[in-house]
Amino acid sequence: MSPLKISWKSLWSKPLSSALNIMLIAFGTGILTILLLASRQIGEKLDNNAKDIDLVVGAKGSPLQLILSSIYYIDFPTGNIPLKAAQELAHSPFVKKAVPLAQGDNYQGIRIVGTDSNFVSIYKLKTATGKFWKEDFEVTIGSTVAQNQKLKLGDTFFGAHGLTGSSDIHKTHAYKVVGILTPQGNVTDNLILTNISSVWKMHEDHEKEEAAEHHHTAEKQRPDQAEHQDEKEITALLIQYRSPMSVVMFPRMVNSSTNLQAASPAMESTRLFSLIGVGVDTLQWFAALIMLIAAISVFVNLYNSLKERSYDLAIMRTLGASRGQLFCIVIFEGILLTLAGTVIGVVLGHLVLQFIGNYQESSQARLSGFIFLKDEIYLFAAGLAIGIFASIIPALQAYRSNISKILSKN
Amino acid sequence: MISIQSVSHSYAGAQRISFKDWEINNGEQWLLLGESGSGKTTLLHILTGILKPAQGEVNMDGTSVYALSSRALDQFRGRNIGIIFQRPHLIKSLTITENLVLAQSFASLPENLNRVNEVLESLGIAAKKNAYPDELSQGQLQRVSIARAVINKPALLIADEPTSSLDDKNAKAVLDLLMQQSGLNQATLIVATHDKRVKDAFTNTYQLI
Repeated sequence: MSPLKISWKSLWSKPLSSALNIMLIAFGTGILTILLLASRQIGEKLDNNAKDIDLVVGAKGSPLQLILSSIYYIDFPTGNIPLKAAQELAHSPFVKKAVPLAQGDNYQGIRIVGTDSNFVSIYKLKTATGKFWKEDFEVTIGSTVAQNQKLKLGDTFFGAHGLTGSSDIHKTHAYKVVGILTPQGNVTDNLILTNISSVWKMHEDHEKEEAAEHHHTAEKQRPDQAEHQDEKEITALLIQYRSPMSVVMFPRMVNSSTNLQAASPAMESTRLFSLIGVGVDTLQWFAALIMLIAAISVFVNLYNSLKERSYDLAIMRTLGASRGQLFCIVIFEGILLTLAGTVIGVVLGHLVLQFIGNYQESSQARLSGFIFLKDEIYLFAAGLAIGIFASIIPALQAYRSNISKILSKN
Repeated sequence: MISIQSVSHSYAGAQRISFKDWEINNGEQWLLLGESGSGKTTLLHILTGILKPAQGEVNMDGTSVYALSSRALDQFRGRNIGIIFQRPHLIKSLTITENLVLAQSFASLPENLNRVNEVLESLGIAAKKNAYPDELSQGQLQRVSIARAVINKPALLIADEPTSSLDDKNAKAVLDLLMQQSGLNQATLIVATHDKRVKDAFTNTYQLI
């Protein structure tokens, strides 16, 4: 019978206090796991999605809102901007690439985004099957969209007005799936991409249906023509700089010389993250405190039980057990408790995060519990360290105990 | 053969106790008599290898017990000496069988369930082999502690006040079992007691002054 088995049996003989210790450790580890996974996933999502975009130009309003709506597709857009003004900026010498975005419709809560081929090159998109959108009402859909909505090449669907909800459906035109993207690991997995004129046409007809008085016949026939660009609007413009110089000059130019606003994804994400960061820090300290309390609880538990068990341990010595074996028996108890707590905590953390992910409203920032990080090794290392820390003193006492003294006290 | 030679011991701040030399031949049954405080427990601890005397030597079958290293002494004790305490201290978290297997593995002997069953059988408690110590009566526990002491067929069986908390009937029963088991396992028996009821059963007596 190995010392490990003796420790195991001993823990089972006092299930309540063992369970309490395991629960404390599991709770602390669980919170740390959730924090680790969530902050890593959020950070990665923020970084991935804003990777090659230096600036977003949109209507005046909250810069954070502009970033959230145009980079992460979470919040509502700040408003529309005239296409003409956007195109002037796009042709500025500071700009390497400019991607127009036109939002306004959704399909089952998934945003339909009107854009052009620059979007493909800036996000380095590839199609898994089919091709990129070309004609009006052709769409290329993200991999997650295809999976969740069970859409395949050649399928058609109707978009609904607004960014969520399906009460107001555009029945005049149906979108047709012509391509499905490979999984990108960013927002594009959850988008339906089409050209801008499709979005415009949808809304012209929409306005017509509703008002039934304006007939933009010219636009209807030739929507892309330059003379009509004055009246056209888009939601935002994603910009990639030509040189680092632009960082200083361009946003200032936009903000001062036009009635548009420029927002930097990097700056706004940092600001957003620092706001969340306070909460994450607090929770981390809270979890660390729980772990500390758990460590003390394991220590007290072992220390007290050692008093009751000193006679047991002395008897084991008379049966031939060495000091080292007694040391192992006590330290294994501590490690078993904390490791069991750590394993349960990590598993619970993953499950809870998956549960949270399932109930998240926005599909763009969805958290997954089934992602495992290398850093979780550190949680196990911490569990092991707490186990050793809590049991080292009782174990040393067991090691040093004078058995003759203990036995003669009886 | 077991012998102690010019052994004396003193606890810090207390009077030195000297023990007269003692030679025990294999298979003999001895009574160690002495009042409380006469150093009975001290001598037993010295004999069982858990208390190194300040002076003197303890020999068992040619081995000078206290010349062994700490680990080797633990091993030696586990294999050659079986101890029965006044109260049967069994490990509460283990079943009766596990308690006996524990004694085998601590002595670095292979786990032998046949031997466990054989010993429990001979002490009439085989039916309780999967029970936990909490579920047994005091008398049954005392039998288990005898079983644990003889499981490794020790050369020396030592019982410290095995009868003092028992009534006449049980005291006699335990004494009979000790005699029987020491004979069965060819072990030398030393019973330390101040219990007068035990006296008549022994011919060899070592009297502490």
